[in-house]
Amino acid sequence: MSDTSNRIDSARRAFLNKAGAAAGAAAIAPGVFLTTPAVARPADQPVSSEKRWGILVDTNKCASNCDACVTACKDENGWGSTEHHSSQEQQSQWIRKVEIRNRSTGFVATLPLMCQHCEHPPCVDVCPTGASFKRADGIVLVDKHICIGCRYCMMACPYKARSFIHEDLEDQLPWAPRGKGTVESCTLCVQRVDNDGTPACVEACSAENHNALVFGNLNDENSDISRELARAESIELRADLALNTGVRYRGI
Amino acid sequence: MTYAMVARRVSGLLLSALLLLPLAVSAEDAEAENLPFSDLTMTEPERHVSATEECVAPEAVMRRNHMKFILHQRDDTMHRGIRTRRYSLEECVNCHAAKNEQGEYIPVNAENQFCSSCHTYAAVNIDCFQCHATKPVRASRLNGRSASAAHPSGGPGNAPHPFLVSEGNAQ
Amino acid sequence: MKLAPNYREIEGKSTGFRVLLGGLGLLAALAFGAFLYMEHSGHYVTGMTNQIVWGMPHVFAIFLIVAASGALNVASIGTVFGKSLYKPLGRLSGLLAIALLLGGLMVLVLDLGHPDRLIVAMTYYNFKSIFAWNIILYNGFLAVTIVYLWFMMERKMNRYYRAAGTVAFVWRLILTTGTGSIFGWLVARSAYDMAMLAPMFIIMSFAFGLAIFILVLMAAYSWTGRPLGDAVLFRLKNLLGVFIAAVLYFVMVYHLSNLYATEHHGVERFILMDGGIYTQLFWIVQILIGSLLPLAMVYHPTIGKSRPAIATASLLVIIGGMAQVYVLLIGGQAYPLEIFPGYEVTSSFHDGVVNSYSPSIWEITLGVGGVAVALLVVTIAIRVLRFLPVSLADDAVDPHAAKAD
Repeated sequence: MSDTSNRIDSARRAFLNKAGAAAGAAAIAPGVFLTTPAVARPADQPVSSEKRWGILVDTNKCASNCDACVTACKDENGWGSTEHHSSQEQQSQWIRKVEIRNRSTGFVATLPLMCQHCEHPPCVDVCPTGASFKRADGIVLVDKHICIGCRYCMMACPYKARSFIHEDLEDQLPWAPRGKGTVESCTLCVQRVDNDGTPACVEACSAENHNALVFGNLNDENSDISRELARAESIELRADLALNTGVRYRGI
Repeated sequence: MTYAMVARRVSGLLLSALLLLPLAVSAEDAEAENLPFSDLTMTEPERHVSATEECVAPEAVMRRNHMKFILHQRDDTMHRGIRTRRYSLEECVNCHAAKNEQGEYIPVNAENQFCSSCHTYAAVNIDCFQCHATKPVRASRLNGRSASAAHPSGGPGNAPHPFLVSEGNAQ
Repeated sequence: MKLAPNYREIEGKSTGFRVLLGGLGLLAALAFGAFLYMEHSGHYVTGMTNQIVWGMPHVFAIFLIVAASGALNVASIGTVFGKSLYKPLGRLSGLLAIALLLGGLMVLVLDLGHPDRLIVAMTYYNFKSIFAWNIILYNGFLAVTIVYLWFMMERKMNRYYRAAGTVAFVWRLILTTGTGSIFGWLVARSAYDMAMLAPMFIIMSFAFGLAIFILVLMAAYSWTGRPLGDAVLFRLKNLLGVFIAAVLYFVMVYHLSNLYATEHHGVERFILMDGGIYTQLFWIVQILIGSLLPLAMVYHPTIGKSRPAIATASLLVIIGGMAQVYVLLIGGQAYPLEIFPGYEVTSSFHDGVVNSYSPSIWEITLGVGGVAVALLVVTIAIRVLRFLPVSLADDAVDPHAAKAD
């Protein structure tokens, strides 16, 4: 019985792979195919390196008094008002608004800062147990099942993107498990991305009509983000570290 | 799947096998007729679903192997983004959480509730619910949300678990 | 002619011994209580934050682990480099190394977010992580040193002990290289990110370990009334002087290198000038009290021959060492990350500001407990096994070799 089901399973997988490849080929052709939505990855198929997810942050469009992205992230992932004992310095922040002012020129910009989902993440390098890891599609996550709470990843992250949970939590959301004694950070809303959705911050920014955040597949040259990145300048934060971040910034 | 993931999976399985060894040995003695822990005297917890609705596997299999299913699903979902729902912990909670008289859900790990009653009896300390939701949330949270597609409740790939198949052969 | 030293357990019947055991036991118990409280509540009861992620327990743990490696120095000099004066001290040296490492590791583990998952740390390895390598190096160090001690103490195995001692010596250098690299390889932080931290940690380990060794040796011999001659003690204190000077040299090169690179001026200005508590700890405790003063004491023609002065100098080296680790560890984290070079940064997450840290009583208690556990292990071990020579008087410790050197 197990043999049969395995055979069916692998045949189905092979078919789906071919279907996926065909869809990809079709999308390269010009015209109407470009607007065809990508075929959804079936829930039983693993993510692959054919995709690499990224976000472009256009600081020219980011409004200084707006923190819709932060609010949306809190709402989606259930952080923000969940830690009642922790001091402000101890509470988690997955994404934050940062205001920067150029010391020489006085130029001011604001931008959201979160996990940059590096191709070569220092947090993954230093993690002793492999709890900090990068998925095939470039999303950097913490496997809280094997996180021992040593916090070395927080020492290693150049972007201060990670937080440690200092107390017991209750009423977590099913799609965003988080708990005491482990480290957490932006997941690029992996629960949404796996269902062909868009991260909550990006969605919220569009809803505000700011459109400062563009999300998409960096490996697909026809995606919105790839075309936008090809069209005009953008930078990586701490580009000197050569981490090839998935999150890129424009206008600073 | 990368080598590191395989290594992790193997060591994880070894570890769980090691921990479950005493349990398996004692279960072997009873075998066939008795369910594991069938001498357990406790109030049968209320269940969200009807009593006639089947679990994802026969009760005897679930009592012995639910932790394997969850562990396997955990690594698949976490590291490979496989989001089938048949063996997901969330679906366990969705089905097995009971409601109180006011019609509100009681956490599955509260005293005498589905997860805690048996684990207390078997003296098993689990830390699933340090992080995971203990009540059904998805349906109520999604009311009035535009992005309902972000959290579909069903999906393909709800085939029987590989463990289940092999367990069936072994017995 | 060489006399084989005569080793004996200490008697351990005096009131002083019981008070010592009781006191250390109490400190260890308090530490365990502090751990239970922190573990139960979560780290919100500590001084750590998302800015200062490694706090006081790590200062103690790293100090103890570094010192553990250095404490083995005395045995290595005897075994690997064949200096016979040091040979009778080998057993205590090995014991102290094991004890200090156990104390340090205990503190390190009990400050984890999930100490209950120690088994995970032992079964899941990411071999690119220097931290994972350190877990192997620490456990290996314990094993290697235990074998080394066994070969030293078991007559039948004596002929292998030189080989074991060489393995332990090499292992120890690798271990402290690993500990230093935990910081040296943190590319993102301007206070770390320097390969020189690895050799600097090795030389720090020499100084810290020897200072602790001298204190323990003096205490053990004075409290048990066993003779400890000047030949041994003066040799050790002179060596301590060399190590203090070597640490100073490394500290100087570290800061000069940073000062040359304009991008590091910020962090250097912070540590050396504007850092408040960190600047004070650096100049007053680490440099003045912890290095220059003991250096002057051990080499002073008259003070350097006074036993209280030697003990004080060793204590000052320990205090200075703690300050050094504190400045490096906490100060290095207090200085903000440079994410936007050339910009002033403000946010709700303490970007661009100097982070504050005030250690909680729980963290300090846990750290002190690590020291207590280390000393407890030593105290019990010398009571039940033959670690200490009956006499270290000058005529008992191979005077010919002493003169020849």
